[in-house]
Amino acid sequence: MSYIPKPSAHHPALPRNTLGLTRRDYEGTMSTLCAGCGHDSITAALIESCFELDIPAHRIAKVSGIGCSSKAPTYFLNRSHGFNSVHGRMPSITTGAAIANRDLVYIGVSGDGDTASIGLGQFCHAVRRRLNMTYIVMNNGCYGLTKGQFSATNDKASPSKKGEANPFDAIDLCQLAIQLGAGFVARSFSGDKAQLIPLIKAALSYNGFAFLDVISPCVTFNNHPTSTKSYDYVRAHNQAVDSLDFIEEKEEITASYAEGTSLAVEMHDGSRLLLHKLDEQHDPRDADAALMAIRTNAAKGAVATGLLHINETQQDMHDILATDARPLNAVPMSELCPGSRALEAINARLR
Amino acid sequence: MSGINDFVVKFATVNGSGSASANGIFAKTLFRMGIPVSPKNIFPSNIQGLPTWYEVRVSEAGYLARRDGIDLMVAMNAQTYREDLVEVVPGGWLIYDSTLPRVWPRDDINVLGIPIAEMCAKKWTDPRQRQLFKNMVYVGALTALLDIDVEVLKTAVADQLKGKEKLVAANMEAIALGRDYAAGNFDCPLPIHVRPAQGAKGKILVSGNDAAGLGAIYAGATVCAWYPITPSTSLAEAYERHAKRLRVTKDGRRLYGIVQAEDELAAIGVAIGGGWNGARSFTATSGPGISLMSEFLGLAYFAEVPVVLFNIQRGGPSTGMPTRTQQSDILACAYASHGDTKHVLLFPNDPTECFSLGAEAFELAEKLQTPVIVMSDLDIGMNDWVTDPFVWDDAHVHDRGKVLDAAMLDTFKELKGRDWGRYQDVDGDAIPYRTLPGAHPTKGAFFTRGTSHDENARYTEDGHIHARVIDRIRRKFDTAATLVPKPEISIRDKSGKVGLIYFGATTPAVHEALDGLEREGTKVNALRLKAFPFTRDVLAFCAAHERVFVVEQNRDAQMRALLMTEANVPGPKLIATLNYDGMPMTAAFVRGAILKELRPAQVAAE
Repeated sequence: MSYIPKPSAHHPALPRNTLGLTRRDYEGTMSTLCAGCGHDSITAALIESCFELDIPAHRIAKVSGIGCSSKAPTYFLNRSHGFNSVHGRMPSITTGAAIANRDLVYIGVSGDGDTASIGLGQFCHAVRRRLNMTYIVMNNGCYGLTKGQFSATNDKASPSKKGEANPFDAIDLCQLAIQLGAGFVARSFSGDKAQLIPLIKAALSYNGFAFLDVISPCVTFNNHPTSTKSYDYVRAHNQAVDSLDFIEEKEEITASYAEGTSLAVEMHDGSRLLLHKLDEQHDPRDADAALMAIRTNAAKGAVATGLLHINETQQDMHDILATDARPLNAVPMSELCPGSRALEAINARLR
Repeated sequence: MSGINDFVVKFATVNGSGSASANGIFAKTLFRMGIPVSPKNIFPSNIQGLPTWYEVRVSEAGYLARRDGIDLMVAMNAQTYREDLVEVVPGGWLIYDSTLPRVWPRDDINVLGIPIAEMCAKKWTDPRQRQLFKNMVYVGALTALLDIDVEVLKTAVADQLKGKEKLVAANMEAIALGRDYAAGNFDCPLPIHVRPAQGAKGKILVSGNDAAGLGAIYAGATVCAWYPITPSTSLAEAYERHAKRLRVTKDGRRLYGIVQAEDELAAIGVAIGGGWNGARSFTATSGPGISLMSEFLGLAYFAEVPVVLFNIQRGGPSTGMPTRTQQSDILACAYASHGDTKHVLLFPNDPTECFSLGAEAFELAEKLQTPVIVMSDLDIGMNDWVTDPFVWDDAHVHDRGKVLDAAMLDTFKELKGRDWGRYQDVDGDAIPYRTLPGAHPTKGAFFTRGTSHDENARYTEDGHIHARVIDRIRRKFDTAATLVPKPEISIRDKSGKVGLIYFGATTPAVHEALDGLEREGTKVNALRLKAFPFTRDVLAFCAAHERVFVVEQNRDAQMRALLMTEANVPGPKLIATLNYDGMPMTAAFVRGAILKELRPAQVAAE
């Protein structure tokens, strides 16, 4: 980490988005993570994505649990409210927040310990509830803040820095999310900005539960050559099943793609995903094919990345709960409190 | 003292046999005749096949605590014949199904055999009807034995079967069957019987959980998350039932969101998320749920997020007695979570207060920006009580506390003479100003965290700042003591030196006992706690009395400990008066405990 604070002044010629904001307006405080931490690259990709999507920063709520990853929301979007909750419980906080105000953009940041161990139950039920959020796991296969213990996503064969073998099978969060019916499931790598930014933009635009598992090497505890979550290993074994262009509704579609190898997917808000299929077998609309792509790659020691699965027609939690179109926290008390006449009728029924 | 409009009936049945609705109809009928009644459902943690009891005390004088000694036992469960027989007072009555006649080994009671199963087998062919109508046959017999108004009973049956009108006639046939048998075979009415009265006129008959769910509606709560656990489940279900009637827009959209969560950890998390985002939010739980929610309660306390938790207490420790009542979570709730934490507690004493204090809890939570725990229990929550009707003042303006919107953020410095900071004590009451996500494009954003933070919500590991912040939160508790509802004090003897402190569901037992003692010449002054932190009145009451009984339903005298710790009341003057067998307290217990202390010789003689 650096201890030199960032100056708040910035160059007047910095490019601005359609809201008149610069990238700097989407930044946070200085990261306190280790130099080279994958999480900082994800943070940078988040800043870039929100800037490019012209999302008003204050309309975003950042929510996290506990751990290195969960500290990250302080490092982006200073103008957004954030909630660093308790370990593994970010999904429930986000659920309540989302019920209270359906109009905000919710970015949940979690880690592999926070999601795959202590928070596994909450993760599953957030998927099940079709929470309208972008759920990012900064996945480094280990517990950083407590100095490098294995997490539940660490691959069985992958040893610790000291060379101790991990005796347990890994939990694959993408497979789990697909099985539970998540409508948007992607995996990427913190070192692959070109792949990560379009995926984050697509996830933020998706109406429903969007899950992003981002392999993010822990430079201090899990970046040795034998670790399957190291920069070297992931770079050598990254098997992108597709590559993605994210096209906002307002943009003209200029990207060209060859029939049979590419796929255009339209989202709720009219934006489009243009998928260049690198793996001919892979159809992300087919959940079974997505699981197959993950498993066949894993069997070969490769990590399938890209947009693994998408269901463009899924309902979100508010559709299921049939809540009012207005945010519940903005409905006036005069509409929420039925008043004394209604109460007299209730008293009468209890006589 | 049993007689007209003054007796106890107990129904001993098997759960899952349909007896609950018949018993409910019985109690409702007496209530509608204007007679104060207090039904107590004593049920197993089970769905079908285990013994269950329903006690109904009838008291024209309005004494509605549970009373030991059964005047009339309706013994419909062969599994419990032996223990049911023991409970009948000498000279009392026992009704049983004499289809299989038996000899009852007591000659000091009156046994009334009715061949109920045989009568039902003759009348109906469907096995389900034969079973269900057995319950209505014994209720029918009681209408003759106790001189119950059948026309009033018919209204209670019709209400119970709303939407199934065809069944009303069939049920009334079952009533007639039992009634005719009793009239033809026994001397009716019995010396104990009912007559129309005025005591219950103007009252309502309702459970505390139903009332608390309604209180949440009136408070404007829009986020409810819960996990099923006895005895709190019916509170969340009541909220949903009321919301379906009262909170749906003309185009069918809901003005509420309910999540049946995956566990209590998530339930309170959802409620805290909602509170953080400016919606009045709550959860309801019992016993084990309190333990599970403790971590999150500490976060809401330290990060100063409003949330309401209804704790419908049951018998602990551990799984304990899920279907019995206690007041044994007082310390667990007052100090829930690790580190220095302290929470505002409210103690409703009947369903009317579950409604009013339930609504007030949301107000206090937002004003104080902290969790508020409503300490109800199984007895108040799940039993129907004859209670004052609900009242709502339409002039009441919901006080949302210190929340800054965009305009207020823009003018904050002008008005307050300094920049806004999330945890700054601007007004000297230790309550800071909060902002909601999305309120302002450039102002008011902050990071809510359970890690130590300074007055501007920034992370800190500076111990001085940490101490300063938690000192302010402690001072906020002093402000809370000026905002919470004041106790109810009744002075029977102005110069009296004996006082009694009680709260919650023991109220009817205490009132009855103190009335009785006063008639016997012993006057005890009393204070009913409605809230923690303790207000000045509580301290003054303790100071004014030499001896103070503290009546509570737990083993460890938890409220007494709280009075010692938080109000500095010397321990020796606080006399622990404790009942923790899971059954609602009786007046006889309270009287006995007081006399044992004040007149040991009299107790020995009795």
